[in-house]
Amino acid sequence: MTMEEVENGRDDMLIDGIEPKQNQNIEIPEEFNANYLRAYYAKLFPYTDMFKWMSYGNDGRHPGCDQSYVGRREISFTLENDIYTRFLSFNSITELEKAIKEKCPFKIDIGAVYSVDPAKKDAYSQNAFTPVERELVFDIDISDYDDVRFCCSGANVCSQCWPLMTVAIKVIDTALRDDFGFNHILWVYSGRRGVHCWVCDGKARRLNNEQRAAITEYLHVYKGNENSNKKVSLMGPLHPFLARSYTEVLKDFFEEKFIYSQELFSNEERYEKILEMIPEESVTSELRGKWLDNKRSRDDVNMARWGHLKQLLQSGKHKAQGIRRCVEEIVLSFTYPRLDKEVSKHMNHLLKAPFCVHPKTGHVCIPIDPNHCEEFDPSAVPTLSKLLEELNRGGLRSEGEDELENTSLGKSIRYFRSSFLQPLLKSCKEEIESSYAAKTQQSKNTLSW
Amino acid sequence: MEIVRSQRKSSFPSSDIVVPTIPLYRSTPALEVRLEEFELYAVQRLRVLHGISDGLSRGKKPDEIQKLVKDLWKVNMMHPDASEVVNKDIISHFVLRLVYCREEELRKWFLSMETTLFCNRLQLETPEAQRALWDEFGLPYKAVSIAEYESVKDKLNQVARAIGQSSSSADTIFYKVPFEEVPDLVAKRKVFVQKGIAYVATNQVISILMTQYRSHLSKALALTYRKWNSMIREQEKDRLTPIVEALSTSYLGPDYSQPREYAELSLKDIDQVAKRSFPLCMRHLFEKLREDHHLKHGGRMQLGLFLKGVGLKLDDALAFWKAEFSRKVGADRFDKEYAYSIRHNYGKEGKRTDYTPYSCQKIISSTPGVGDHHGCPYRHFSLENLRVALAKMGVGGRALEEVIDKTQNRHYQLACTLTFEAVHGASCDAGVNHPNQYYIDSKRIMESKNNSKSP
Repeated sequence: MTMEEVENGRDDMLIDGIEPKQNQNIEIPEEFNANYLRAYYAKLFPYTDMFKWMSYGNDGRHPGCDQSYVGRREISFTLENDIYTRFLSFNSITELEKAIKEKCPFKIDIGAVYSVDPAKKDAYSQNAFTPVERELVFDIDISDYDDVRFCCSGANVCSQCWPLMTVAIKVIDTALRDDFGFNHILWVYSGRRGVHCWVCDGKARRLNNEQRAAITEYLHVYKGNENSNKKVSLMGPLHPFLARSYTEVLKDFFEEKFIYSQELFSNEERYEKILEMIPEESVTSELRGKWLDNKRSRDDVNMARWGHLKQLLQSGKHKAQGIRRCVEEIVLSFTYPRLDKEVSKHMNHLLKAPFCVHPKTGHVCIPIDPNHCEEFDPSAVPTLSKLLEELNRGGLRSEGEDELENTSLGKSIRYFRSSFLQPLLKSCKEEIESSYAAKTQQSKNTLSW
Repeated sequence: MEIVRSQRKSSFPSSDIVVPTIPLYRSTPALEVRLEEFELYAVQRLRVLHGISDGLSRGKKPDEIQKLVKDLWKVNMMHPDASEVVNKDIISHFVLRLVYCREEELRKWFLSMETTLFCNRLQLETPEAQRALWDEFGLPYKAVSIAEYESVKDKLNQVARAIGQSSSSADTIFYKVPFEEVPDLVAKRKVFVQKGIAYVATNQVISILMTQYRSHLSKALALTYRKWNSMIREQEKDRLTPIVEALSTSYLGPDYSQPREYAELSLKDIDQVAKRSFPLCMRHLFEKLREDHHLKHGGRMQLGLFLKGVGLKLDDALAFWKAEFSRKVGADRFDKEYAYSIRHNYGKEGKRTDYTPYSCQKIISSTPGVGDHHGCPYRHFSLENLRVALAKMGVGGRALEEVIDKTQNRHYQLACTLTFEAVHGASCDAGVNHPNQYYIDSKRIMESKNNSKSP
């Protein structure tokens, strides 16, 4: 990462000095710079909520609370000019707040909870220092879809391709809840090109690497690489999980939105990509013949051609192995969520914390409500400059908590608290109490011997 | 386990030791073992494990592995005295535990091979024998009631069809097991999973047993390692320790982390050498790097460690990668983001482990994704792309068809061996097991050709 923006940054950031009525565009000219970030950390970053979350109820007074818990969590800061500082740890909210305000990290990553304080790891042998808990996390990047989107590439994203993320959230979220029985799931916009998912149930945090890998593989369908044509291969009929994802989410999305928004059949180069996935020569040549003469019809070309393809593949005329599943394979290849598997498989992977600010876009990494993920618009995400403007405008009127509430970040914080944090802490409390009760019961039993 | 020098045959009443099932190796047996047998049994079991490892790396299908295990077991693990068969099984297992407990990599390999062995032997057993093991592990899982079965029947049948089995009937018993206990079935979507519970059919029970066995063995290995360090090595330093140490070195296969022959690869030769002596997987990465001035992480690891293994010095490696990457991302960003991991590979950063170049097995089992160029071309390329790549290496005609044929039958390493032979015009009897071995064999042949030309 290069931080050119920073160099052009203004030295003085007069948060309180700006007159509310001045033209805002002049006052907050950039999306991001270190001074803005400092102001964000001073006024807006939700320390209490983050720390509550990381404590998982262990900051309470109950005798079952593990007071060392939160201090064994690895936090990592990426400072200006890409200076990585790993294996930091914080025992209290004051320590965390102080360090963040002082260091002003461009990025904050959350790692695993280790067996011992990660900041003192060198004092222990390598075996004594191991990760013991970690949220089950997922990372989905739009740049991994470059071969199926034609509107943007790389880190860019627009309203044409973002819906790929929306369907990814729907598919994965449903599987995590219905199949695996997880309840405490947080989806977060990664600030630029994708989404992160944090599964925070106690059961999820205690999964070992093999079990994480099993879930990841269960959710993973896309097998394509740069040198193969077929990206999704189905051996037989769909597993109930895939069947549900296909019929409830992906098929409709593909047929009603995606083929139009990406104009998948509009020219030869694009439809050849799809024909490549059909292993039967006679089918592809028939379709090519049909499409080459380019007859104008009343229907949209994408709809018409997808119709031809489906009709031919599903007519039952072709009995060859591998043909029957072709329609499903094509839909899944284009729309099925593409996970960055390595992030999910290992406990010690870092993932960027929610409410960080992306240094390239100035976007705050806000939570996404999976029940309303269609409404999420990455271009409408609060940016650092917008938030500071709002602060400046409201600065004279309110103080403290209210300040945050009155900005456009308020809605995200409220969602984070009410839909994620409160239910999570409630179940953490119950878990701590019941495991403590079981433990005391057990020790009573041993005493009676 | 008592190990005795005497030639006396251990005399146990045979009724005591004939167990009608596969042992779980829970504790060291109270047997007397002769020193010769100690070593011999271990070597024989090791042949089985290596056979399995080889079969897996050739991408054999489950039923092929099944047959392979059966044959290997028969050839190596029988005993003229039928009552001794179980003892031999147990003794050889415990000896190898000692041999393989001593390093992380060794433990991993042993764990994985022993688990595969256990699982395949189990498949040959009767359902009763499997049930007996289930009892021995004391597993608490409940069978699905008939009423409940009706409510999930459609889903269970859907799974059965998806994995190519006929629909289940009401008399198939399903067990409700937390999904964490059957990770392999979950990973392959071979079970119906609902609210964290996997519905495991009777014929999948092996998977549960396998998980149990694996975790039991994994813990046991850690324990053995501690005992070895704290006690056994010292106590047995004149007797068992030399045998154990010899066993591990002579059967582990060569270590390619340190370049040995043709020990130097200098930057000025690298393009030429890549063309002549790199296996296709490395050649492809090398060319992509020259073309795109970038490789993703998997590719950097696969190629980077290979280059280290063939003798590219750290300084040269840094220069090599920098020359390419800086054209794409700038020298500054290279120094910040990529140089660390190269030094890391050479054991100069982080844990300071000297990382080993990837073997064929590891490369074949990798899963390259979008934008990735690593992996085994024979396994991960489409056939058209493979043909083009092979043609570029100068493989054509009959040889090309043979390579393609092996590829289609999923004999990836054989395909690579045939490629080697076609390119070099010389046979490669040992087969290709490691990209660095390919390189060394290739250099050797090039050398001898040069020598014969200019006597």
